[in-house]
Amino acid sequence: MISDAPVLQQSSEPAESAAAASRLSRYARPVLGLLLPVTLALGWELVVWSGWSNGRLVPPPSRIFTTITELARSGELVRHITATLWRVGLGFAFGVVAGTLLGAISGYWSLARRLLDPTVQALRAIPSLAWVPLFILWLGIFETSKIALIAVGVFFPVYLGVMGAILSVDRKIVEVGRTFRLSGFAMIRRILLPAVLPAYVVSLRVGLGLGWMFVVAAELIGASEGLGYLLLDGQQLGKPAQILAAIVIFAILGKLTDWLIEVASAPFLRWQDAFGRAKGA
Amino acid sequence: MLALDRVSKTYPNGVEALARFSAEIKQGEIIAIIGGSGCGKSTLLRAIAGLDRASSGTVTLDDEAIASPHAKIGIIFQEPRLLPWLSVADNIGFGLADLPAAERRAKVARALERVGLGDKAQAWPRELSGGQAQRVAIARALVPQPEVLLLDEPFSALDAFTRRDLQDHLLDLWADTRPTLILVTHDVDEAVVLADRVLVMRPRPGRLFDQIEINLGRPRDRNSPLFENFKRSVLTSLDRSLDRSVPDRDATQGPGQAMWW
Repeated sequence: MISDAPVLQQSSEPAESAAAASRLSRYARPVLGLLLPVTLALGWELVVWSGWSNGRLVPPPSRIFTTITELARSGELVRHITATLWRVGLGFAFGVVAGTLLGAISGYWSLARRLLDPTVQALRAIPSLAWVPLFILWLGIFETSKIALIAVGVFFPVYLGVMGAILSVDRKIVEVGRTFRLSGFAMIRRILLPAVLPAYVVSLRVGLGLGWMFVVAAELIGASEGLGYLLLDGQQLGKPAQILAAIVIFAILGKLTDWLIEVASAPFLRWQDAFGRAKGA
Repeated sequence: MLALDRVSKTYPNGVEALARFSAEIKQGEIIAIIGGSGCGKSTLLRAIAGLDRASSGTVTLDDEAIASPHAKIGIIFQEPRLLPWLSVADNIGFGLADLPAAERRAKVARALERVGLGDKAQAWPRELSGGQAQRVAIARALVPQPEVLLLDEPFSALDAFTRRDLQDHLLDLWADTRPTLILVTHDVDEAVVLADRVLVMRPRPGRLFDQIEINLGRPRDRNSPLFENFKRSVLTSLDRSLDRSVPDRDATQGPGQAMWW
């Protein structure tokens, strides 16, 4: 088999270089993503340090970091983060439960969908912040109205996601369930539930994103603690570093909770044959 | 015995897909149903499977009327239709949920060996080739040991080599428990290789046109002159079924319908 030798050599070389490239890209990819923000931050730090700007309205990263550590040392930071996390957590929980239940009912029974869906869609058309005055009148200025607002924000994407996912389950797969005489609960558990899971996880992540958005709105309206309160406090007392500190923490918490959902759902979605998986992203 | 008595299906949009189809199929017989497009082959199969209800007429298996999917009737579709979230082994064991886990595992393992995929037990369906996936589908349908196995153009999406391989493999598996096989196909070769009897249908509305007994021993030699002869007679019948000038000649049609011409 003389002809095999050059072929083998040819094929092994690109394989090696591909492996090297993937090894490189494993580290290079995050670094590449960090390049722009880090450069900007360092640049601004340099500008302020060298005195070209006083950095009063746009504080340099070091000053934001100092603000965070100061807040942390005084215990303030933990108190604000706890308050905000608690609100988002409760609102998210209520929104997810309601959205999942109603979405599942609307997806599963066409009669329920005809009854329910037009109303839900009409309510969805209302900008959620328009509910704020009403919620404050109904539920008071304290926690309840805030949690209700967050729950409303979370509800709609989850509801839509669940209903849409159930409606788009492949008829052919459902037929497989029917040929094995699955009905009712068994069909839901063995066919529908696993089939809707990928779309459900996406809707949870979208819902969580909206939850973080609405907690800011709720806390800007009237709160004595929470990261949103830090924002407002920073504006009223002219402390841009505090505002930016709160924003940074929002970003970290948002990313972290989103990542938690992703990690928690990953073991159930290993079977997916998706574009993103092939690219290793 | 599987008895089809004047099975008809008219869809809600008024299309008459199947008109008074009658046939009796012995236990263990291999039937191929062949015909031009729109002749109601798949409609017939879905009625036997209990997936769709016939508008009129009855399907009975051993004196039991079939109106919904039945434990004794299995079906294999054109696509493998594996559940992507289950491993190959769990896909095969899908219909055995009522069995104790140990027994289920043993049956699945045996079926995996039998279709030559013993090393793929823990693979995901997405990792299989088309032929492998269809093997898994065959194993999934056979493992509950149905009395009747329906196949809806099961090999039509595969390349010629894989198709031949799977046809032989299917016969091999069939010999284990000898279920009744009803195979819808548009491949004359496939019909003659597999079937004891070929039913030729004609379209608009779908109805039985002709029956051809394939009196060939097994295994069948695809290149023998006798095989060619049977192929030719099926092809001739198929051509005639599509020729509108040829009248229905099947005696199983009702007397009123036979009279109109």
